Amino acid sequence: MPTILPELRAATRVEAHHPWPRFVVDVASWRVAGGELAAGRWTLLGLWGEADSVHMAVLRGDRDAIAVLTLPCADRRFPAIGARHAPAIRLERAAQDLFGFAAEGLPDARPWLDHGAWPVRAPLGRAEPVADAAVPYPFLPAEGGALHQIAVGPVHAGIIEPGHFRFHADGETVVRLEERLGYTHKGTEALMQGADLARAARLAGRISGDSTVASALAFAHAVEAALGLAPPPRAVWLRALAAELERLANHLGDVGAVCNDASFAIINAHCAVLRERVLRAAAVAFGHRLMMDRVVPGGVAANLDATGAAAITALVAAVRQRFPRLVELYDSTASLQDRVVGTGRLDPALARQFGCGGFVGRASGRDFDARRWPGYPPYDDLRFDVPVRTEGDVNARVWIRIEEIGASLGLIEQLLAGLPAGDVRAKVGSSAEAEGAALVEGFRGDILAWVRVAADGTVARCHVRDPSWFQWPVLEAAVDGNIVADFPLCNKSFNCAYSGHDL
Amino acid sequence: MRRTLLEGLLHRPLSEPPPAVDAAELEAVARAVGVAARARLGRSLSIREIDAGSCNGCELEIIALGNAFYDLERFGLRFVASPRHADVLLVTGPVTRNMRAALLRTWEATPDPKWVVAVGACAHDGGEFAGSYACERSVGAVLPVDLFIPGCPPAPVDLLKGLLGLLTLSAPR
Repeated sequence: MPTILPELRAATRVEAHHPWPRFVVDVASWRVAGGELAAGRWTLLGLWGEADSVHMAVLRGDRDAIAVLTLPCADRRFPAIGARHAPAIRLERAAQDLFGFAAEGLPDARPWLDHGAWPVRAPLGRAEPVADAAVPYPFLPAEGGALHQIAVGPVHAGIIEPGHFRFHADGETVVRLEERLGYTHKGTEALMQGADLARAARLAGRISGDSTVASALAFAHAVEAALGLAPPPRAVWLRALAAELERLANHLGDVGAVCNDASFAIINAHCAVLRERVLRAAAVAFGHRLMMDRVVPGGVAANLDATGAAAITALVAAVRQRFPRLVELYDSTASLQDRVVGTGRLDPALARQFGCGGFVGRASGRDFDARRWPGYPPYDDLRFDVPVRTEGDVNARVWIRIEEIGASLGLIEQLLAGLPAGDVRAKVGSSAEAEGAALVEGFRGDILAWVRVAADGTVARCHVRDPSWFQWPVLEAAVDGNIVADFPLCNKSFNCAYSGHDL
Repeated sequence: MRRTLLEGLLHRPLSEPPPAVDAAELEAVARAVGVAARARLGRSLSIREIDAGSCNGCELEIIALGNAFYDLERFGLRFVASPRHADVLLVTGPVTRNMRAALLRTWEATPDPKWVVAVGACAHDGGEFAGSYACERSVGAVLPVDLFIPGCPPAPVDLLKGLLGLLTLSAPR
């Protein structure tokens, strides 16, 4: 009996899965797990398939324990967790599309990632060839007297990623928003299978370009957990430095962009300048503006010299000087406040049910930050606040980001001051099949990575779950009852990833 | 607010001089664009950006073209919301099969004369996603590409060089 999850009566613990345990369970225990999730005692961290089994990662309590459960399903059927726990629905629809599984009892059986344009069906399962024929996709209905539909996307008016939004509106008021995603599905997980670690790390770094450091870090952590490898201390600190710069750049850009979507362009203009300064400092320090391919299993592929450190120091001073004035402007402009306060409110109960990570969860009372718990070095040696609010509106999400900008600046200063000397890359080798998992806090929230490394050092299977999986669905709820014209504002305040979600 | 605005008046602009476009690059653009464009467009281009399945890295750098350092619009280059208003389609990503139809429809909605600029490693040859069941080989496999701007992602200054080259050659001499 697994003591870590006493709710499960029958489960076999898998050796060589780190740092959290993995249990192979039977159908009865799988159902028990679904019940714990539905009752709100567990939180779903991820659900993904493999050729002959389905896995899910769960968090017990608020920060009690993490485990991976595996249900063998040689007949490619399993009881849908989504039948009782809505956050699993899209993940199970994706598993059906990619592996040819049948999630029995799933309330929404429409395909999700498979738009009928791939040359194969179940590309990660049996990969049966299919003729190129688009499948009709019925949108969910809304009934009422004077409703009309607005179809938006996949090609949007701005410079943003593709996705489709289907609104049902009553006059100006949104009655129902339904998202259709999957347009940017690139088959990343299939490409990772059989890839060597270097190539798989490059793919992990391109799951969502704005989170390239965080995604590559999650992948590297999972690989290192599997192989029992500890990167050198200097590498650990440089990774955190890159991760905080990434968080800073994204938060600065998005605070400006939210204001821009409320037609207050001056904050956007100034935030864009600050964001550009972050990217320029990153280019000097790490040799790439977005710091792509710098985090690799075993350490980092770039070292920081005095010039790089000086560029970052100057950056911190510039942001500290300029940003507070923009915050004051944000907070004291009545016309802007009128747009953001009370708009796009996410109910804390939903944030908790969906396990929303990042500023989306923390603006709706969910006090979770993977840097603090389960935690990973070097954050245990650093001081930082994790802001939490409960209003759950656009304004609260902006404020969480404003406060996180301050926290990241403080972290960057501590990282520069305490940066250890020494190597930045450990040799990576593998001799036996091993599995690892990791949870890393990207700017959007916690990214889950799970990997099985084969004995020859290639990736046998890897799954990376972007925070957006648990944020996109609640955006539909947050927009409900708002006016159509406020949708861009709500959407930007969430800023979910399309590519990160579609994989 | 007042202080911020006042500073904006008193300080020198952040905008940097345009990057030099070298002769070889110009020649490459000239070959790609041909003579027809020169007379028609004058010194301005309307650009419609299309993400055909990128990781969003290219989008971040394209958005950066609008910040005060690059200030794209001073060159007569501007992003438009509809393909109906566009001269240039700026396409990123390996063209996922799920985006193929939308990309083609956007191209068809763009009036002639039009040019396609493929941005980033994925758009060129699929990049890291080459060979995936879910992707076409490149933008070139779906649309006639007039200019390719390399990089993963290309830095704003590289994007600017490519677009300025296009503008220089499309202007009447």
